[in-house]
Amino acid sequence: MNQPLPTPCNTGSTIRQRGQHEVFCGLTSIIWLHRKIPDAFFLVVGSRTCAHLIQSAAGVMIFSEPRFATAIMEERDLAGMADMHDELDRVVEKLLERRPEIRMLVLVGSCPSEVIKFDLGRAAERLNARYASRPRVLCYSGSGIETTFTQGEDNFLAALVRGLPGDVRLGRPAQLVVAGSLADVVEDQMARLLADLGIEDVVFLPGRSSDVLAPIGPQTRYGLAQPYLGATAAALESAGARRIDAIFPLGEEGTTAWLQAIATTFGVSATRFDAVTAAPRRRAREATAHYRPWIEGKRIFLFPDSQMEPSLARYLNRELDAEIIEVGSPYLHREHVAGELAMLPPGVSISEGQDVEVQIDRCRAARPDLIVCGMGLANPFEAQGLVTKWSIEFAFTPIHGYEQAGDLAELFARPLMRQSLLSGAASPSRRAAS
Amino acid sequence: MKLTMWTYEGPPHVGAMRIAASMTGVHYVLHAPQGDTYADLLFTMIERRQSRPPVTYTTFQARDLASSTADIFKTACQNAVDRFQPDALLVGASCTAELLQDDPGGLAKTLDVGVPVVALELPSYQKKEAWGAAETFYRLVRSFAGGVTRPAKIAPNSCNILGPTALGFRNRDDVTEITRLLKENGLDVRVVAPLGASPADLSRLPEAAFNIVLYPEIADVTARWLKKTHGMPFVSTVPIGVQATKVFITEVRAMAGLPATVDAVDIQERSTWYAKSVDSNYLTNKRVFIFGDATHAIAAARIASCELGFKVCGLGTYMREFAREVREAAQEFGIEALITDDHLDVEQAIIAARPELVLGTQMERHIAKRMRVPCAVISAPVHVQDFPARYSPQMGFEGANVIFDAWVHPLMMGLEEHLLQMFRDDFEFNDGAVASHLHEAGSVAAPEMAAPTVLAQVVDQALDQPVGWTVEAEKELKKIPFFVRGKARRNTELFAAGKGIQPITVETLYDAKAHFAR
Repeated sequence: MNQPLPTPCNTGSTIRQRGQHEVFCGLTSIIWLHRKIPDAFFLVVGSRTCAHLIQSAAGVMIFSEPRFATAIMEERDLAGMADMHDELDRVVEKLLERRPEIRMLVLVGSCPSEVIKFDLGRAAERLNARYASRPRVLCYSGSGIETTFTQGEDNFLAALVRGLPGDVRLGRPAQLVVAGSLADVVEDQMARLLADLGIEDVVFLPGRSSDVLAPIGPQTRYGLAQPYLGATAAALESAGARRIDAIFPLGEEGTTAWLQAIATTFGVSATRFDAVTAAPRRRAREATAHYRPWIEGKRIFLFPDSQMEPSLARYLNRELDAEIIEVGSPYLHREHVAGELAMLPPGVSISEGQDVEVQIDRCRAARPDLIVCGMGLANPFEAQGLVTKWSIEFAFTPIHGYEQAGDLAELFARPLMRQSLLSGAASPSRRAAS
Repeated sequence: MKLTMWTYEGPPHVGAMRIAASMTGVHYVLHAPQGDTYADLLFTMIERRQSRPPVTYTTFQARDLASSTADIFKTACQNAVDRFQPDALLVGASCTAELLQDDPGGLAKTLDVGVPVVALELPSYQKKEAWGAAETFYRLVRSFAGGVTRPAKIAPNSCNILGPTALGFRNRDDVTEITRLLKENGLDVRVVAPLGASPADLSRLPEAAFNIVLYPEIADVTARWLKKTHGMPFVSTVPIGVQATKVFITEVRAMAGLPATVDAVDIQERSTWYAKSVDSNYLTNKRVFIFGDATHAIAAARIASCELGFKVCGLGTYMREFAREVREAAQEFGIEALITDDHLDVEQAIIAARPELVLGTQMERHIAKRMRVPCAVISAPVHVQDFPARYSPQMGFEGANVIFDAWVHPLMMGLEEHLLQMFRDDFEFNDGAVASHLHEAGSVAAPEMAAPTVLAQVVDQALDQPVGWTVEAEKELKKIPFFVRGKARRNTELFAAGKGIQPITVETLYDAKAHFAR
C-alpha cells in the first residue's frame, strides 16, 4: 500500500524561505465552506480587518445575507478580558435570533483572538451546553499566524472529526472517508465511481449538511482528496482510521492513481477497476489533449498559495508536457505529498514558505511563460508583459476527477489563449483548442 | 463585541495604505500577521492597478511570537528601504500587531534608515479606514510642510487640490474634471494630493494661495492644519451637482480674487435640461433613500431634492466623524439622519421608509436587490464595477450628466409605469417583473431568495402581507403599482390607527388616499 518515499535526490533540494508571505489567511476558506455546508454559519471572532478580509476576498459573490459574520472585538473587550465571553454569548444570541435555521455554528479564531488567547474551545463548550447542541457549536482557528489559506479548511475538518460522536451514533460505520471539500458535481462523480467499484459506506468530509456523519473507527480507511489536510489526517488517525496513500486526484493520471490506491485497499479486481475507469480515463485524456498544444514546452513558475502546487506541477508536467521552473508551497506535508514530489522531474526547484520580493526576483529572472500566483501579484506581472494564472481559482473551480481534467487544463491554457487573441498573434494551436 | 455581517469601512491601516498607494516615493512598512496582504488585492484587482502597492508587510506567524517580532519588523524596514529607496517611510501596525506593542515608530527611528520616517498611531479597535487615511495624510503633510516657510509673494489664483486617493469613489475622474474646470476659470492648480503627489510636492503645498478640499473625510484635518500653520484658507464646498458646482466656482473665484461672473466658461452640462424635459415629469416626488459617506450622501440629497425633484425620505451616513453635517442636511428635508455603521440598521430604515429608489453603497445595492427596489451606487464602499474604464466623474458638470443617467436608469420608464397602472394582468409586463429595459422577466429571482430566512420573512411581511385588512381592501391595495404600494399601505394604516378604524376596508383605503392628498 505504501509507496516508497522519495529519495532526496529526486526531489531536488527544498528552498526554505522566510520573509514577507503574500498569501491569504485560513479565514478565507470560509468563502467556500459556507456554501459547501448550507446549514452551517461561520462566526469569526476577530477584528475589523478580519471582516474586511472576508468581504473583500468574497467580493461580488456575497449577497446581503451571507452565512458568515464577524464578532468584531472592540477596545472595551480588550481592556478587560473577563467579559469577552459574555459579549460573545450576546452576539451569538443576536445571531441565532436572526438565523434560527442554523444547525451548526462554527466559531472561527483569528490572529487577534489567538494573540490575546481568547479560549474559543471553552466558549463552544459553554454554548453547546446552553443551546443543547441546537445548533451544534464547533470552533477552529483560521488565523493568519497559524494557517495559510486552505489550512483553514484543514482545521475546520479536524474540528468536525474530533466532534464526531464515536460509534454511539446511529448508522453503519464508515468504510471509506474521502476528506477534503470537493465541488458537488465532483463529489457525485467520485461517489458513482466508488459505488461502481463496489465500495460501500463511503462518507465525504465535509458532507453537504452538518448532521450526516457516520461513525469513524478502526475499520475506517480514509483517502485525502486535497493535499492540505495534515490536521484532519491526524484527527482521523486518532479516531483509529488509517490513510490510503496516494497522489491527489488531479488529471487523468492523478485520479487513476488515487482510485487505484483505494481499489487495492478494498481488494477490487483489476478487471473491475479497468471496466469502471476505462471510459472516463479515455474522456479525460481526450479533453486534456485539446489544450496540450497551448501548454507543452511552456515554462511555468508556481508561487505558494494552497498547497495544491506540487499536484498541479505534476499534472502540468506529466499530462501537459510543461516545463516546471519552481514549485512554491506555503507548507509541505512531506508524507502526504511524497508521491507528488517523487514524480516531478529532477532539477525542479521546490520552495516552502516565502520571501516574496526574493521570489519575484527569481521569477522575473527566469522569464516564465506562465506564472501561477495570487491576485496581489497577478496584474502587476501582467502589466510587465508576463502571463499569469491567478491561483485562487483552483480552490473555487471543479478541477478534481476525470471529467474535470480538461477543465483543469483549460484553466492554465486560458491566459495563454487570451494573450494570443488580444495580441492578434497567429495561433497555429487555436484550432486544436476550439 | 459587535456582530458585523458587512463593514462599511476597513481598518485604519487600509486607509494608511490608500495614502501610500496614492503617492509616489512613499513606502509603508506594516507590522502585520500573515494574511493581511489581502489588502493588496483591493488595489490590484478592484482598482486594477498595474503595480503592487508600496507596502512591505512583516507577515509574522505564531512561531515568531515566541522570539522577537520586533527584530522581524526591523529587518523588514531595512530591506524595504534598501530595495525601494523611498523618499519617505511610513511605519505602523495592523490590529494584531497593535496587541503586540512592538512600537514600530520607535524601532524605525532607532534603525536610522536614512530617509524620513513618519510613524503612524492608528487605533484599530476604535477607528476605521477613512480616519486612518485622514490621519496618515495629515502626518505626512505635517512632516513635509511643517518646517517650510511660506513665500512672501504668492499668486492669488494658485491653489492645491486636497483629498483624492487611491480606492476613492470616482476620484480619478473627479480630479480631471475639477482641474479642467479650475483652469477654465483662470486658476492655477499647483499640487494635487495625495493622489499622484510625492513627499517633495507636499513640501510645496504652502506655496499656493489656498487649498480646495474635495473630500473632507480625507483632507479636512490637513486643510485645517495648513490654515493654522501657514495661514492658508480653504474652500470645502464639494462640487457634486450643478448647483453645488456653481457655488463652488463662485467661492473659488472669490478666493482667487477673480470677478464672480462666469462669462467665458462653456458649461458642458445637460442634466438641468434633461431634468426639466417633460419625460422627467414622472420623477417628481419619487421617494429616495440615501446612504453613504457623508460627502456623497449630503450632495446626493441636494441633487435629488433640488435638481431632480425627488423626495428624500431617508438620509444617513456610516461616518460618525461627519454626523453633524449629515444631521444638519437631513433637517433641510424634514427628516432625521441615520448615523450608523451597522448595515442591519440601514436595512431596517430602508424597509421602514419604503423608498422607490435607493442611492447608497455596495451594501445598499444588496439590500435593495432583496427588496426589489431600484438602486444606484453613489459612494464607497464599492466593488470593481464602480472603477469603470470610461470617464465617469461625479463632480463638476460632466459629473452631473453622469449622475442623471446613473440615477434615472434603474427606475421604470414613464410609459411602462403608466401601462402597469392601467393593465395589471399582463403575462409578461406585470407587477412583479423587473422594468423591461433592465432584464428579462423572471430573472429577478436572486439565488438567496430560494432559502427563506427570517429576514426575508420580515421583508415579505412588511411589504406584502397586510394584517388587519379586509380581503377586499387587501385586493384593492394590490391594484396600486408596486413601487408606491408600500407607502399607500403605511399611510392607510396610519390613518386607520389615528381614527381607530378596524379592520381596514376599501373605503378606508380611499379615505386615507384623499386625506394624504392634501
